[in-house]
Amino acid sequence: MRALLARDLRLAVRAGGGFGLGLAFFLIVVVLVPFGVGPETAILARIAPGILWVAALLAALLSLDRIFALDHEDGSLPLLATAPLPLEMLALAKALAHWITTGLPLVVAAPLLGVLLHLPGEAMPWLLVSLAIGTPALSLIGTFGAALTVGLRRGGLLLSLIVLPLYVPILIFGAEAARRGAEGLPAATPLMLLAGIGLGCAALLPFATAAALRVTLR
Amino acid sequence: MPVLTGVSFRLSPGQGLVLRGANGIGKTTLLRTIAGLQPQLSGQIAGAGERAGYASHADGIKPALTVAETLRFWADLYRTELPADVFELFDLEDLRDRPAGTLSAGQGRRLGLARLAVIGREVLLLDEPTVSLDAFSVKRFAFFLRDRHLVRGGIAVIATHIDLGLDLPVLDLTPHRAALEAQGGSDEAFL
Amino acid sequence: MSIWSYANPRKFLDTTAPWVPWLMWLAAAVLAVGLVWGFFFTPEAERFGSSVKIIYLHVPSALMAINAWLMMLVASLIWLIRRHHVSALAARAAAPVGMVMTVIALITGAIWGQPMWGTWWAWDPRLTSFLILFLFYLGYIALWTAIPDPDSAADLTSVLCLVGSVFAILSRYAVNFWNQGLHQGASLSLDKQENVADVFWVPLLVCMAGFVLLFLALVLLRTGTEIRARRIAALRARARRVEPVRA
Repeated sequence: MRALLARDLRLAVRAGGGFGLGLAFFLIVVVLVPFGVGPETAILARIAPGILWVAALLAALLSLDRIFALDHEDGSLPLLATAPLPLEMLALAKALAHWITTGLPLVVAAPLLGVLLHLPGEAMPWLLVSLAIGTPALSLIGTFGAALTVGLRRGGLLLSLIVLPLYVPILIFGAEAARRGAEGLPAATPLMLLAGIGLGCAALLPFATAAALRVTLR
Repeated sequence: MPVLTGVSFRLSPGQGLVLRGANGIGKTTLLRTIAGLQPQLSGQIAGAGERAGYASHADGIKPALTVAETLRFWADLYRTELPADVFELFDLEDLRDRPAGTLSAGQGRRLGLARLAVIGREVLLLDEPTVSLDAFSVKRFAFFLRDRHLVRGGIAVIATHIDLGLDLPVLDLTPHRAALEAQGGSDEAFL
Repeated sequence: MSIWSYANPRKFLDTTAPWVPWLMWLAAAVLAVGLVWGFFFTPEAERFGSSVKIIYLHVPSALMAINAWLMMLVASLIWLIRRHHVSALAARAAAPVGMVMTVIALITGAIWGQPMWGTWWAWDPRLTSFLILFLFYLGYIALWTAIPDPDSAADLTSVLCLVGSVFAILSRYAVNFWNQGLHQGASLSLDKQENVADVFWVPLLVCMAGFVLLFLALVLLRTGTEIRARRIAALRARARRVEPVRA
C-alpha cells in the first residue's frame, strides 16, 4: 500500500500531475465571493465559514475523476488489481493520496483565505479542525464515486452528480462547527458527528469502492 | 454470453502454453478469467489466483515516472527484490533514467514486459506480449521466458499470433468457440 | 411454489402484464374518489382555509417518494444477493416514478407554503430533505443511463443505492441538526397525522391507497418495459453472433 501511495504522490507532484490545481481553484472561488456579495466586512465575516467549506468541497470535487481515470486509460488498473494488494487497500491508498494532494493543502491554506474573508480569529482553529476532520471523508466518498464512474464517457459530470448529494452531511456538520466557532458557541457536537461520519466512511467505504472496482474491471 | 466452452488444460511447473485463434475468439477473455479479473460462467480454475501475474496489451506505464522508478514500484508493490539483471535482460540499461513518457512504443513494451521479471509470479498470463516489438526484442523476450522463467519452474499461458521460437504446445481455441445456442450468461434469462 | 419462481423474467412478465391495466383503472378510480372527496366534500379547516386541501396530493406523493427509494433499496439488495434480473430492473423502473413523486411533493409543498408561510420555499428540514432525496434520485438514474453493460449498471447502481441510503438517512438528521442550529424549526414544520381530524384523515387514507396503487401499476408497467428492452437487446446480440459464421 505504501508503494502505491508513494507512486501516486510522486505522480501528482511531477509535471502534468495536477498538484496545486485544487488549491488554486479554492483560492479563486474564495476571491470571487466578495465580488459577488459585496465587500462589507460584517457580511463576509458571517458567511466566511460556509464559503470556505463549500469552496473546499468544490476544490476536492475537481480532482476526483483523476483518481482512477488515468489508471484505467493506461491499463494500470487490471495490473494493480492482480497485484497482492487487496482492492480495499487500493481504494484506501487512492483516497489517502487524494487527500494528501488535495485536502491537506486546502486545510493549510484555509486560514490564509479566512483572513481574506474577515473570518474572526477565534473561529480559525474551529475551521481548521473541522476541515482537517472533514476533508478525508470527502476524499473517501469521492474515491467511491470515482470507482462507480471509471471508464464512462463524461464520467466527470456524472461523478459530481453522484458525489455531491453524498457530501451533504459532511458539509452541514463541518460548516456548522466552523460557524459555531465563529459565533463563540460550543462546537464540539458537530465536530464529533463529523468525526463519526469520517471514521464510518474510512471503515466501510473502501469495501463499497472495491466492490465497484470489481464490477468495472470485469 | 458464453464465449468459449470445453476449454481444459493442465500445466506443470516449467510448462508453457500458446493460445491461438482468430481475433475475437476469446483469448483475452480466457486470460482475464484465469487472472481472476472476471468470473467464469461455469467450470473451475485452480492454481492461478495469488500465483498469477497478468499482462494485457496495455502496459500501464506512467509517463512521468522513469524506467527505474516504474520497475522499483512494481517490485515494492509485489514485495520482491528488483533483479539486478532486469535492465540488461530487456535492453533497458541506457534508458534507466528516462521518463517512460519519452520511450518509443517498442521501448515502452519492453518496460511493460520487464515488469514480469520483477513481480516474481510463477504463472504468467500474457496477452499479445510481442505487439510492437522488433525481431531482436522478441528474441530477448523469448530468452527471458525460456531461460529465466520456465527453466525455473514457472508456467506461462501466452496468447500470440507470432512464433516465439520456444517450441511450446499450442491450444487452438477455434473448436471451443461457444455454440450459438450455448447456455449461460446473463442474457439467457431473457431469451 | 416459491415466490422466487417469479424472478424469471418471462414468468414475471406473463403474470403481471395482464394485471397492469386493471391496476391502472383501480388506481384511477380510488384516486378519483379520494381526491373528489378530499377537495369538495371536506369542511374547510378553520385556520388554513381551502389551501389545506392540497395535502391530498402532497402527503401521498411524499409518502411514495420515500417508499419508492425503500423499494429500490430492497430490490438492490435482492439483486446483489440473489442475482435476479427482475429485481434489478424493478429498481431501475421505480426510480423515475419515485423521482416524479418527489417533485410532486416539492411542488405541492411550495404551493401550500405560499399562502401559509408567505413564501414559496423555506429551508424547513422536511422540505430540504426532500430536495436532497431528489438529488439522490437524479444521481441514481444518471448512473443507470450512463453504463452501457446492463449487468454492470445493475451492480453499480445497487451499490450506489445501498451507500446512498445510508447517506440519505445521515442527511436527514444532519438537516434537522442544521436547521435547529439556525432558525426556529418546529413552528414551520408540518405535523400532519397528529392533529388531523378524522373528516380529513379518511379521504387522505383513500388518496394514499390510490397513490400506492398508481405506484404499483407504474412500476409493473415500467419493469415490463425494461424486461422487453433487455429481451430485444439479448435477441439482437444473438443475431449479431450468427453473422460471422454465415460470412
